[in-house]
Amino acid sequence: MIKITDLHKTFGAHQVLRGVDLTINVGETTVIIGRSGCGKSILLKHIIGLMKPDKGSIIIDNVDVLSLNRKELNEFRLRISMVFQGAALFDSMTVKENVGFLLYEHSKMPHPEIHRRVTEKLRMVGLHGVDELIPAELSGGMKKRVGIARALCSEPKIILYDEPTTGLDPIMADAINNLIIRFHEHLGVTSIVVTHDMTSAYKIADRIAMLYEGRIIAEGTPDEIKNTSDSIVKQFITGEAKGPITDRDRENKFQIEDNNNRHSNS
Amino acid sequence: MKFSTIKRTLGFVQWLDRLGEKSIEFFREAGGISILFARTLYTTFTTRLRWSSCLDQMNRIGVTSLPLVFLTAIFSGMVLALQSAYQLRYLQAVQFTADLVALSITRELGPVLTAMVVAGRVGAGITAELGSMKVTEQIDALISLATDPVRYLVVPRFIASFFMLFILAIYADFIGILGGYMVGVFKLDISSTTYLKRTFDALVMKDIYTGLIKAFVFGIIIAVVGCYHGFKTEGGAEGVGRATTLSVVTALILIISFDCLFTALFYFMF
Repeated sequence: MIKITDLHKTFGAHQVLRGVDLTINVGETTVIIGRSGCGKSILLKHIIGLMKPDKGSIIIDNVDVLSLNRKELNEFRLRISMVFQGAALFDSMTVKENVGFLLYEHSKMPHPEIHRRVTEKLRMVGLHGVDELIPAELSGGMKKRVGIARALCSEPKIILYDEPTTGLDPIMADAINNLIIRFHEHLGVTSIVVTHDMTSAYKIADRIAMLYEGRIIAEGTPDEIKNTSDSIVKQFITGEAKGPITDRDRENKFQIEDNNNRHSNS
Repeated sequence: MKFSTIKRTLGFVQWLDRLGEKSIEFFREAGGISILFARTLYTTFTTRLRWSSCLDQMNRIGVTSLPLVFLTAIFSGMVLALQSAYQLRYLQAVQFTADLVALSITRELGPVLTAMVVAGRVGAGITAELGSMKVTEQIDALISLATDPVRYLVVPRFIASFFMLFILAIYADFIGILGGYMVGVFKLDISSTTYLKRTFDALVMKDIYTGLIKAFVFGIIIAVVGCYHGFKTEGGAEGVGRATTLSVVTALILIISFDCLFTALFYFMF
């Protein structure tokens, strides 16, 4: 189980996370929705220990992630994988070296065995014959799938996906959704998916949580979220240009301009 | 209080404010570079080295810099000989050109010019490469795959730069002296034997090793500053460009400052 409590993070004057509370059960796929720049990716980076919060706690399988030292954190990272938004494949390496990176670096597994594992994971994401290509030779969709294969290679218990369908055509996006569902059903992994693609969210989620102004403001099953009475959530899931979210944005903009004017006058 | 007095006071306060900001920025940079250097040293001695990566970086930093170092050193040697002869001829002491070239190149110009050329070429390359990795989240991916970026990315560049600057400085010393020799023998009519004899007589071991100690230090500066600015890169392609410029400027300033420091140190020590 993943339990996030009262997580705060500030960058300069910008308070991104203002007390996030979220619990994710084992084997569940939780989708975190929210507007671009609301801190969804930051939240994922806290879970895998890429960032340290100003305040709060993250407990994963009874282990306090924030209390781990560097060595313990690296051992913990062998059980948890992340699929990055732009795939983040290593440019200088082939697909095979990218997918098998963790095993080449951190296991004593013989190389033929690693090659076999890499081929198996690439086949799971629907790729074959690309082992010796470099990332620059792949399309956007292929890169995402190689990124997923890399995350699967260590056979983790938890996978974090950062906007897995962003920038893909609808068919490729659906293929990625199907992959996430398949891993969830066949491998029993706990998944946290960050997205603002509602089609994807409804399809893959066991639970959906909405992050807004640094807090989780709504949480529930896809049906509960669809039928919510919360006007903010409603505006986001329907994608209306007018509503409480945009009104609040305008108010904040005026407030910032007002503050700036006051500063320049003084 | 008069309005102009208030305005003047406010202007001074703003100036102080900016000075404070810049000072904090300077100490933050210096602290960041020092911490990365300390972490790199610690990691170099406490973890298994990735020799294949070190050799690859030695090739990139050292071997591919040879043509540029050759051109810089040979022309510097030639110019130095010509400029020295321009003054020495009034004293009827043109043959001392050999001494002057040998000493200037080994003590100063060989290591410093090599470091500057390598900082511009390799230091910028290191920052651009790591900066691109940073903005495309490859460094985050590396950490998420339980790999320390300092061990994986910085240590090989640090070791390669440390040793290759030393080798390039020796190479620059030879080529620089050769440049001076060509001018001395073919243009200033100093005999080949006299030129070589004067060069070897003028040089003592201290001149060579003080220059080479500097080369080691410059190697450390180029690698650590390049990696530091690469890791600090933010904001896409524009950020990579900004970080690369900043990296080269910082490395050049540090090279000149440490050159001055070590020259003074060697002057008073030996």
